[in-house]
Amino acid sequence: MLSEDNAFITALQLILSLDQTLVGIVSLSMQVSLTAVLIASVLGLPLGAAVALWRFPGRGLVIVVLNAFMGLPPVVAGLVVYLLLSRAGPLGELGLLFTPSAMVIAQVLLILPIIAALTRQHTEERWEEYREQLTSFRVSRLRSIPTLLWDARFALMTVILAGFGRASAEVGAVMIVGGNIDGVTRVMTTAIVLETNKGDLPLALGLGLILLLLVALINAGAFLISEEAKRRLG
Amino acid sequence: MNDMHAASTSAPLLTLDKVTFRHRGQTLLQNISLTLSSQGSTIVMGPNGAGKSLLMRICHGLLTPTSGRLHWHDTGGRPPRQAMVFQRPVMLRRSAIANVTYALAVQGTCWRDRKPLAREALERFGLTDVAHRPARVLSGGEQQRLALARAWALRPAVLFLDEPTSALDPAAIKAVEDAVTDFGRVGTRIIMNTHDISQAKRLGDDVLFLCQGRVVEHNNAESFFLAPRTRDASAFVRGELVW
Repeated sequence: MLSEDNAFITALQLILSLDQTLVGIVSLSMQVSLTAVLIASVLGLPLGAAVALWRFPGRGLVIVVLNAFMGLPPVVAGLVVYLLLSRAGPLGELGLLFTPSAMVIAQVLLILPIIAALTRQHTEERWEEYREQLTSFRVSRLRSIPTLLWDARFALMTVILAGFGRASAEVGAVMIVGGNIDGVTRVMTTAIVLETNKGDLPLALGLGLILLLLVALINAGAFLISEEAKRRLG
Repeated sequence: MNDMHAASTSAPLLTLDKVTFRHRGQTLLQNISLTLSSQGSTIVMGPNGAGKSLLMRICHGLLTPTSGRLHWHDTGGRPPRQAMVFQRPVMLRRSAIANVTYALAVQGTCWRDRKPLAREALERFGLTDVAHRPARVLSGGEQQRLALARAWALRPAVLFLDEPTSALDPAAIKAVEDAVTDFGRVGTRIIMNTHDISQAKRLGDDVLFLCQGRVVEHNNAESFFLAPRTRDASAFVRGELVW
């Protein structure tokens, strides 16, 4: 049994020597979460802006549901996707369960509400400010969507980073639908759980350090973006 | 409403027929009927809450009247090309020049023409040096000039100005007034509201005087300021409060 000190040093060695297993796990994590963020952004940004722009029956309900789903527990998202994709489920034919695609789907489900709900808030603020001017320009609602998204771009980058942070740090959903299969669906968070249980602390710690670094980088990115926005846009 | 057709020596541009606007049970504009001629500049005056800004927004199409209708004469009932400059300029979060090219883009100007037109408009309003600065960090006076440049680039037939100088210092006010005169010189129909009587005298051909949601007097500017026909208008011109 390694002492924790040694585990820490071994963890650093694993990172610095670009250990094959470690690199594989980190790169799969990145692929899954970046794909999920990309899909959730493509869907969530226009969806949020549309909810901000249009008044329709049931709009309040949509907003409440989006806000509520921001706090969706990852294991519940995982369970829902598991039921959909399992052999007996409605999408079982696709054979996606225990593949990275299933993990992407679960993470999209988790972060789509975050991106859509926060986009709705930011674009609605812009819309209140711009409505008269855009109406004066005779800009249609549909054409206003890209305008509002662009003019909220700095705030929205922070929103997307928040989505990425959530996707890359959650463990429950990817564990359930991915199955933590070595070399196939093992990502940073599920590997940390497994290695800690096994007592292989260096790998767990190494991955933990990378995850921590990633979260720190995301926050630094969000901070820099908002500072830049203040400086450039007033 | 003692005269619907004052100062309408040239062809009519816009007729309002019994326009009423209600909001949350309150009647804010009542039975407004008037005709604006196709030339010159109309100054809309009246105490706070008279409905001046509201009337402009209805004419510009930002608001729909609760009842009554608008008729644009020259263009077969369809609104002509128009623009509006607001009291507090609304600047998009982009550079000064991008604010102008955006307005051109949504108006359907071919992308090759946008930059040259925008540059010309910025130059005309002395904004060339700040063309690539973010619009929202410009001073209040520069922002209002940018709003005017943006309107200029759109080549409107009618320009609405809603108290465009109320938040500006004297130099900036002068720049806005010069711009309004320039618009008039190229044949743009000006409809502007202001609280500043001397400004109204400098810029107005006719005055539309509103009080409590009604048109009290519509007269050519000279007569309005020298010899108002109504008691309310003469009290207003003398600087007494009108309720």
